[in-house]
Amino acid sequence: MRVLGIESSCDETGIAIMDSEQGLVAHTVYSQIELHAEYGGVVPELASRDHIRKTLPLIRSTLDEAKMKADELDGVAYTAGPGLIGALLVGASLGRSLAWGWGVPAVAVHHMEGHLLAPMLEDNKPEFPFVALLVSGGHTLLVQVKGVGQYKVLGESLDDAVGEAFDKTAKLLGLPYPGGPELAKLAERGNPERFTFPRPMVNRPGLDFSFSGLKTFALNTVHSVDGSDQDKADIARAFEDAVVDTLFIKCRRALEQVRLDTLIVAGGVGANQRLRKKLSTLDANVFYPRPEYCTDNGAMIAYAGMLRLQAGEFVSKEIKVKPRWSLEEVAAT
Amino acid sequence: MKLLALDTSTEACSTALLCEGEVIFHHQHAPRKHADLILPMLDELLAEAEIKLSQLDAIAFGRGPGSFTGVRIATSVTQGIAFSADKPVVPVSTLASVAQQVIDEQNESYVLTALDARMGEVYWAGWKKNPKGFAENVIPESVLPPEKIQKPEQDNWAGAGNAWKIYEEILSQKLADNLKNIYSDTTPHAASIVRLAEWYFNDGLAVPAEEALPVYLRNKVAEKKP
Repeated sequence: MRVLGIESSCDETGIAIMDSEQGLVAHTVYSQIELHAEYGGVVPELASRDHIRKTLPLIRSTLDEAKMKADELDGVAYTAGPGLIGALLVGASLGRSLAWGWGVPAVAVHHMEGHLLAPMLEDNKPEFPFVALLVSGGHTLLVQVKGVGQYKVLGESLDDAVGEAFDKTAKLLGLPYPGGPELAKLAERGNPERFTFPRPMVNRPGLDFSFSGLKTFALNTVHSVDGSDQDKADIARAFEDAVVDTLFIKCRRALEQVRLDTLIVAGGVGANQRLRKKLSTLDANVFYPRPEYCTDNGAMIAYAGMLRLQAGEFVSKEIKVKPRWSLEEVAAT
Repeated sequence: MKLLALDTSTEACSTALLCEGEVIFHHQHAPRKHADLILPMLDELLAEAEIKLSQLDAIAFGRGPGSFTGVRIATSVTQGIAFSADKPVVPVSTLASVAQQVIDEQNESYVLTALDARMGEVYWAGWKKNPKGFAENVIPESVLPPEKIQKPEQDNWAGAGNAWKIYEEILSQKLADNLKNIYSDTTPHAASIVRLAEWYFNDGLAVPAEEALPVYLRNKVAEKKP
């Protein structure tokens, strides 16, 4: 079975072709980061406008890269949510209509399911059941995964997503958007002993997160110093350590709570080196997708969609998107 | 000639098929239901005419101006269908669609189209019936506050589109001397889009699926951070 995957839930257009025998045949991602940088954050209307310009040309070039003709495809998978409604509608309308025209089934994929199945794209892949930490600019989730479509949300952020907290704190430090990775770079030169930031919600039971207070703490700290390069590096380090510690503590608690010893980490923040180093000290097997599958991409959508198509799932001709969509509402296969 | 057309630029959703000179169409008033309805409506239309996608010469769509989301649904669906069937696309202005209806159904020759653009503005353009009976653009499309509309030189215009009702006072005050009739209930429709598409197609104006893109007219949608 060969499946075309389309991801357009936020500011990346991802296209991929997945083959049930050969694995990933081709994939391409176009990022809108530069487009939104001038605005200091993702502008939903501009994101939609860019998706509609980029998606079909990317589909054509990905088919060319795969040396495939459209009639060799057996199905189309697209991200139906959660995400920006206008952006989702572009991928969903195009994907559903392509499938209609080709006379093949289409399937609507949950963006976070794509992320948590992304480690399955690797040769060394985890086995069910496992705990997934999904950390990106839009999401912070701890999920118990028993199998495809069998998800229990153990904890989530009550306010800012962790990637969002990184970006906002980076902005306070004068770093260009999106500043998360820049902040991590700056933190390498920081003194870990100078400032200590709180570890939000670790002293309370439960697995939820809160990161907006850290950002405020960072702001107050910025105001208390002169603002030299070293000051900024020290604040970046203190912030990053606090986030990493918090994520580590909650992951350890989650694994203990559900008595599992496998953790997968996905989403853009999963590329953070200090987080990876810290999680390696867990008494668990930790899996990461390669960086290109950590950030938003079409490969994970094509893969999740293929599993669902193989299980006989398909959507009607009504084009549906769900900007808000809990992972727990995703159907089991 | 066989052409398929669709429009989802307003609260209505419409589809039309031109088949050897005959036009059949479907039309539904369905706010926020476009994405649900469009493919089933196209299915119904093709089944009724017993035509397959592969028999079509091209796909036409209302490329805007209109609701941003609505225009993007029409664009994405058109791109998908056209790409899947390897057919070219004929983009048609929603304002031209309004003008064409007034030309065809009301026997008007000069039409000033005005559709509500929200935020105190209208989508505006002027059209003249050409010798073949098609709406030819004479005042370029723009988005502007009704107060800033320039008085056209000649008389005998027909006004068409919902902004003529919403901004009735301002527009008639400004343009009353030049106006003959007003048709404020006329909205973009796939049936007039498919008619215009035949003309454009014969003039070589069809484009590849990737080049079928929305025309928003309003292009400043966010403020840059200093």
